[in-house]
Amino acid sequence: MLRLIGRRLLAAIPNVIGIVVVTFILTRALPGDPAAFYAGPAATQEAVEQVRAKLGLDQPLWKQFVDYVGDLARGDLGLSISTGQQVLDEILRRLPASLELTLLGLVVACAIALPLGILASTRPGSWIDHACRLVTTLGVSLPIFFTGLLLAYVFYYLLGIAPPPVGRLDSMYSPPPHFTGFYLVDSLVAGDVGLFLAAGKQMILPVLTLAIFVLAPIARMTRAAMLGVLSSDFVRTARASGLSSSTVLYRYAFRNAMLPVVTTMGMVFSFMLGSNVVIEKVFAWPGIGSFAVDALVQSDYAPVQGFVLVMAMLFVAINLMIDILYTAIDPRVSIDD
Amino acid sequence: MNRRRFIKSVAATGGATSIAASAPSALAQDAKRETLVVANEFGPNSLDIHGVGANRPAYGVAVNAYDRLMTFGRKKLPDGTMSYDYNKLEPELAESWQVAKDGQSVTFRLRRNATFHDGTKVTAKDVKWSYDRALGMGGFPQFQMRAGSLNDAKQFIVVDDQTFRVELDRRDKMAMPNMAVPVPSIYNSALAQKNATDKDPWAATWLRNNTAGGGAFRVEAWRPGQELIYTRFDNWKSGPLPRLRRIVQREIPSAGNRRALLSRGDIDMTYELPPKDFLEMAKEAGPVRVVSTPIENALFYIGMNTTRPPFNNSLVRQAIAFALPYDRMNDIGFWGRGNKMWGAKSNTPAKAEWPVPHGYNTNVPRALELMKQAGMADGFETTLSFDLGGATVGEPISILVQEALARINIKVGINKVPGANWRAALLKKDMPLIFNRFGGWLNFPEYFFYWCYHGQNAVFNTMSYQNPNMDKLIEAARFETDPKRYDAQVKGFIEIAFNEVPRIPVIQPAFDVAMQKNVQGYMYWFHVQPDYRTLFKA
Repeated sequence: MLRLIGRRLLAAIPNVIGIVVVTFILTRALPGDPAAFYAGPAATQEAVEQVRAKLGLDQPLWKQFVDYVGDLARGDLGLSISTGQQVLDEILRRLPASLELTLLGLVVACAIALPLGILASTRPGSWIDHACRLVTTLGVSLPIFFTGLLLAYVFYYLLGIAPPPVGRLDSMYSPPPHFTGFYLVDSLVAGDVGLFLAAGKQMILPVLTLAIFVLAPIARMTRAAMLGVLSSDFVRTARASGLSSSTVLYRYAFRNAMLPVVTTMGMVFSFMLGSNVVIEKVFAWPGIGSFAVDALVQSDYAPVQGFVLVMAMLFVAINLMIDILYTAIDPRVSIDD
Repeated sequence: MNRRRFIKSVAATGGATSIAASAPSALAQDAKRETLVVANEFGPNSLDIHGVGANRPAYGVAVNAYDRLMTFGRKKLPDGTMSYDYNKLEPELAESWQVAKDGQSVTFRLRRNATFHDGTKVTAKDVKWSYDRALGMGGFPQFQMRAGSLNDAKQFIVVDDQTFRVELDRRDKMAMPNMAVPVPSIYNSALAQKNATDKDPWAATWLRNNTAGGGAFRVEAWRPGQELIYTRFDNWKSGPLPRLRRIVQREIPSAGNRRALLSRGDIDMTYELPPKDFLEMAKEAGPVRVVSTPIENALFYIGMNTTRPPFNNSLVRQAIAFALPYDRMNDIGFWGRGNKMWGAKSNTPAKAEWPVPHGYNTNVPRALELMKQAGMADGFETTLSFDLGGATVGEPISILVQEALARINIKVGINKVPGANWRAALLKKDMPLIFNRFGGWLNFPEYFFYWCYHGQNAVFNTMSYQNPNMDKLIEAARFETDPKRYDAQVKGFIEIAFNEVPRIPVIQPAFDVAMQKNVQGYMYWFHVQPDYRTLFKA
């Protein structure tokens, strides 16, 4: 197992190098002139040139690249001009916010989608199958900003039962001391139950919004995989052997149907992390997606490069984890050859 | 739990822990009254207004956490709104000043008892260091200083600890007001220098994330992308002590949610909403009050590139000015929230003021006639560009212009330029037709014209307009001391601008703020950032 992990990480190195080169070139190829943007409202050409020199953008491209790689080697992702912070600090602060939301969203989505998919597959054509179809269709077809705004409108504005959509914590609280960056975990570490509840309350609406959006692919995939497995020979054999239906369903069928579901979950998770922008905007969540998009809109190169790099590494990690999960689910699967 | 925690934090800052335990509810109410929660689309990207790329909310930090030598007085606008008064300079860090008879130098006496947040006394040395810094940091602060003839560190002289002198090369009426804008804020030089390095002599890195000021509020916490929290500096001597003790300024990107938060009373104030929301809230009978003030020296306009055909022909430009659907642009694009800049009796202004309406209005037959005179009866094709960053207004306006110009046989394509590219696109000066906005901080007509019409061809002369007669009038007005001649010069260049019409002013925008009805003391500032020093909750 360790050898597998080591080998996979080694194999990821060329990918990461490629990503560094491509993002560097892509950000430079983008139209837009950061110097003109940041020179301020009353800029003259002279002021723009001053800013350009200050940002190091007057250097030839190869020199900029060498500087960039040199900084990277020292773990310096550069400075974000749009937020005025070190990109690394910014990512370390924002990534946990996004991860916390995404993980919880995924857990909630699975808690609804897996049973729904299994039930739908065992009773195809029944009302529960139709319900599954309806829920998944709604989940996919409702734009995520719409669900978010709708939930906020109904539960916060009209009913007043949800907390105000003001980000990770209400303004009366200050964040827990930094430990993992996950407020739910950090508040418990600090032993502050009130803070834990406050942070949890802020998460309800955004997590629900996310869950509604991603439960569709998971439920559909669970249903399809289960249908396939349930009609296969070994399930028929198990049934014929007189095993109880729950044993057949959960121990044999579900376990075998898990492979494609786990793959889908991996894809959904990485997709969610990057595309949370809309939710982050609606719920004022200081996440990594809105950080990257804001930077992109303002021609702020360093955060975009840092974001892509971090996301690439996360993808590598997630893929590795899924592969390891494969071997755990199905011992016949071997990727260590 | 909320309340207790809240009291705790307030009590800690107020130093009244023992009272908090005995009388929690009364204190909580006081705390609520002394805390202002504000939500805006985005917050500062730096705590240092001199820094590269400091955004607008960063100007707000300068206003509240730093002092200037002088500030502006206040006046009541016709509609009852309070506004800063451009013509009145009042003491801030300087308790008095003396302008030399020849107008070429001014000597400031600093307050004896003024200190920075860390308790260090404010001296003339700090003032000089700060002024030097504004010039030395380059870019925006340097150019703003130069706008008031502050060009060289040699002009700033420390006479003694309490006395600071500024020498000017020539009499310049913009020099004094320019020292009251946010840029020449006074920094705690000892504290800043402690955090400076050889490579960074102005401590730009440290000051980006920390303040070294002596303003009415200190920055208690700044979480970029989330919130900025101010607490009152109780030893503030440069003005009446603010009534608010604590301000929480949060970033809520969704305009819809900001409106919901305000309606439900979870925030006290918001600055940025689409004009439609302000219009609706102003009409609602709810708990929210909307204050709307025309932004001085600011205009939305249609600009035409005068360096190449067809817009190098003033007849074509006049035709466009007669073809624009002004009323519909105002109703649909701006929701009627702004001052109309068209339909005056003539192009000759009655008063030497800016902005004033021009003499054009929607008159299609007249526009067709002018096109014929220009030999363009068959029309032409062109492209109208606008900044996608301001698409809520730019999009409907562009479509209205497209429709209207089709009636005089001009086929207009629409080019949407992403926000990040807009400045660069303006700098290139090759767009034939644009919809844009410009506002100047200093409220002088010649200041606006210097940026927008002068042959020096600044970025904001987006039309690349060149006219030696106009340049002469602008330059003369800048240093004119005789009021009569000044009036004639200002009227002169406005008339040229209207007759030649390289840009067609459409609307003077309004600055809207929505707040709870119990929030009092709001004052309009040219920098359109909140000044928490005067605000309080009834």
